[in-house]
Amino acid sequence: MDQLALLLSQSWPVLLDGLWISLQLLLLSCVLGFALAVPLAVARSSPRRWIALPSRLFMSAFRGTPLLVQIFILYYGLAQFEWVRDSALWLLVGDAFPCALLALTLNLAAYMAEDIRGGILGVPAGEKEAATAFGMSRLMVTWYIVVPRAIGISAPTLGNEIVLQLKSTALASTITVLDLTGVARRLSIESYTTDALLLAGLLYIVIAAVLSLLTRYGEARLNRHQLR
Amino acid sequence: MAALFDYSAQLLEGAALTLELAFTSLCFGLLLGLAGAAAKMSALSWLRQSAHLVSNILRGIPEFLILLICYFGLSNLINTHFAGTLTLSPFAGGVVALALVFGAYASEVFRGAFLAVPKGQLEAARSYGLSRWQIFWCVQLPQAWRICLPSLNNMWQNLLKDTSLVSIVGLEDMLRKANIAAQFTKQPFVFYAAVAVIYLLLLAVSNPAFAYFEKRANRGYASPA
Repeated sequence: MDQLALLLSQSWPVLLDGLWISLQLLLLSCVLGFALAVPLAVARSSPRRWIALPSRLFMSAFRGTPLLVQIFILYYGLAQFEWVRDSALWLLVGDAFPCALLALTLNLAAYMAEDIRGGILGVPAGEKEAATAFGMSRLMVTWYIVVPRAIGISAPTLGNEIVLQLKSTALASTITVLDLTGVARRLSIESYTTDALLLAGLLYIVIAAVLSLLTRYGEARLNRHQLR
Repeated sequence: MAALFDYSAQLLEGAALTLELAFTSLCFGLLLGLAGAAAKMSALSWLRQSAHLVSNILRGIPEFLILLICYFGLSNLINTHFAGTLTLSPFAGGVVALALVFGAYASEVFRGAFLAVPKGQLEAARSYGLSRWQIFWCVQLPQAWRICLPSLNNMWQNLLKDTSLVSIVGLEDMLRKANIAAQFTKQPFVFYAAVAVIYLLLLAVSNPAFAYFEKRANRGYASPA
């Protein structure tokens, strides 16, 4: 414990930098991933096969392979093709941070879309019928009734996904991003001890605890019309 | 694509090691999960609380960090106490880390499943004069097993995907073989995509397997409709 305190007092600036990178990855990937997940889930629930199929393929591809492999494909794999290196895509995958962010976003979007799809299935048919009876078009029913209700229904699993995503951001360190894990790895290699790794673990637990409190609060707020 | 053919034997060898790692971790993880669930339902409050604490800690830390801590931490420990005589292989380090993570999640699932076995079943078993071991083995476990199978399927799929992390500490699994092949042939995309496809296939196979287990575990129950 003394060693950990000593380490914290010596290297808190770098650890804080790493923590900031981790939080940036988490926040950006959650916002972007969620924005991507909603249309994916709506498309996946479409009765028309040619709309549902692409999003279904996307979801099974990203849910069925390890995140680490996805990161490697984007970061090392795409560099194999010259047309990628010459295109605008290279701005995204040529650098470690945007590439890690892209992989985390796509991965989370696939998982969140599956959760929201479950929510869409759980929207009571009566509510959709009532909206149609009010003269809403199909687009309006989807946008104003189905999607908000589906998000409310799937809120607990979505919150869980956010807490899990914090743990996924640690993989960014495998492609040289100096997030909390990356910084801890470097410190632990320099000092030949695992103290830095343990300290990082402690920090992760604290953030995870805060996150789960926040998501529980968000959940209650999202479903406040149902609380009696 | 020709390069992929040249390295296919290597990749398959790596895939075999990946599966070996996953199954070994699964065995130890299930045992740890059972022990953890037992501790969480123990009559001793300190045991209950420490089991909850440990499983919450393990579930709050990234799997990758747990692996690094287990591998390098255990290596350092072994180095200081048995300098030169023993070394920790990446495989052993991977099994320890993956089994710990799996056990932490499994203990929660098992606890829920054991609590969901109707109390009357226990009372009936006791009044038949079954021993505690018999009650556990013949009455509680088969019923809890049925309840936790769907979650176990999820956890197994996560475990299989997490095995890829062990390549970072040097296990010659599928992903590391792909790394090596990618460096030699300068075709990283081909090899990483091949690894992704193999993972997809392995995971696709486990769904029907679990469907079969579930069907078997539910054979004493009337199917709905």
